[in-house]
Amino acid sequence: MAKRQSSTQISETANRRGVDLTGSEAPSELLRELVAHLRQNRTQLREEWVSRISETRLLTAMTKEEIFAEATSVYDSYVEALETETFEALQAYARNLSERIIPRGVETHEVVGIVLLLRDVLARSLFAKYQTDFKKLNRILDAYEPAANRIANTVAVGFVQERERVIRQQQEAIRELSTPVLQVRERLLILPIIGVIDPQRARQLTEQLLRGIRTNRAKVVVIDITGVAAMDATVANHLVQTVEASRLLGATVIVTGLSPEIAQTLVTIGVDLGKMNTVGDLQGGIEQAERLLGYKVVPIAEPR
Amino acid sequence: MEVPILKQGQVLIATFQAALSDADLKHLRIGLVEQVVRLRSRGVIVDVTAMDVMDSFASRTLREIAHMIRLRGAETVIVGIQPEVAFAMVQLGLTLEGVATALDLEEGLAYLNEKFKTTN
Repeated sequence: MAKRQSSTQISETANRRGVDLTGSEAPSELLRELVAHLRQNRTQLREEWVSRISETRLLTAMTKEEIFAEATSVYDSYVEALETETFEALQAYARNLSERIIPRGVETHEVVGIVLLLRDVLARSLFAKYQTDFKKLNRILDAYEPAANRIANTVAVGFVQERERVIRQQQEAIRELSTPVLQVRERLLILPIIGVIDPQRARQLTEQLLRGIRTNRAKVVVIDITGVAAMDATVANHLVQTVEASRLLGATVIVTGLSPEIAQTLVTIGVDLGKMNTVGDLQGGIEQAERLLGYKVVPIAEPR
Repeated sequence: MEVPILKQGQVLIATFQAALSDADLKHLRIGLVEQVVRLRSRGVIVDVTAMDVMDSFASRTLREIAHMIRLRGAETVIVGIQPEVAFAMVQLGLTLEGVATALDLEEGLAYLNEKFKTTN
């Protein structure tokens, strides 16, 4: 098979098709040809892509039917983006898709992986189609590659942005769940803290507690950190500040439930333990609080 | 700006207004101690409920007031520090160490009455 065509043959071909004669079609003409090819071979290329996806074991969180359905949408969006050279629709679709698949546990590398696979599958089909005309193949690739790369980029970025949005949402939810300020006796508040405290949560805790002290006119607060595994020096300092701020509102703070690790942190950062009133566990803390408030708990009768 | 000082039995109550200048604070420091001496008060309540910001000068002045009054054998209680102000103060390291504090006027009076009983 002749790999080179004479220039006359090229001109004749060009004349027949009514395009310019220099042997290089306008980029948009190339793109149209490319898109037509991708549409014509849609079924076959899409199937090839889906089988590559399962070969490389991507999207294991989804069923075959789901993968096929999404693959169809992605393929069509891909081709449309190539055709229109606009990416907003693709971006919107990518975010929409991400919203659906992130809760299914699909990860970033999977999404980037399948988009790159599609890019490869389509490129290979172009190699196959234009294998006899290397120059044409090059021109087609000149049109295809930047657009394909932009598409991969758009989808990946869309996915990551959606993931970040979900993470921010979850963090907000966790912060709100976090800390109830509970009144268990007149003038006695309990603040049970569970989980990880970052500086932002620590700040929110302090504000909530101070407002609670004022609202409930509390004289003693028991802050229980049994549910907190560790805290760094910054957060430990926040805790000390919380104790000091509570005192300015006339309330005494008892901290209970310090783990060995946290005790170590407090000693290491040189917290003035004279300022911190601590008791081993929550029960002990409540008992001391009651003493401070002048309560005494006595059994009414012998337990049966 | 004059800070009103009221007498309630053996207790003096000084109510801070919102924006006190440094000069006002210095004036108050002298004035309050003079009143304690003249009226032979045993306790002073400084009500800062109206203060929405406490800087280091104000904080230091309050501590000096408390120390000077203690030298006259009387006790000082700062009351009415707002949650936001308390938070800002501790972040700046202004802890009013060594000075008694209470939530509000009622708590301040209760605190002083307890103190008077034990020192009688």
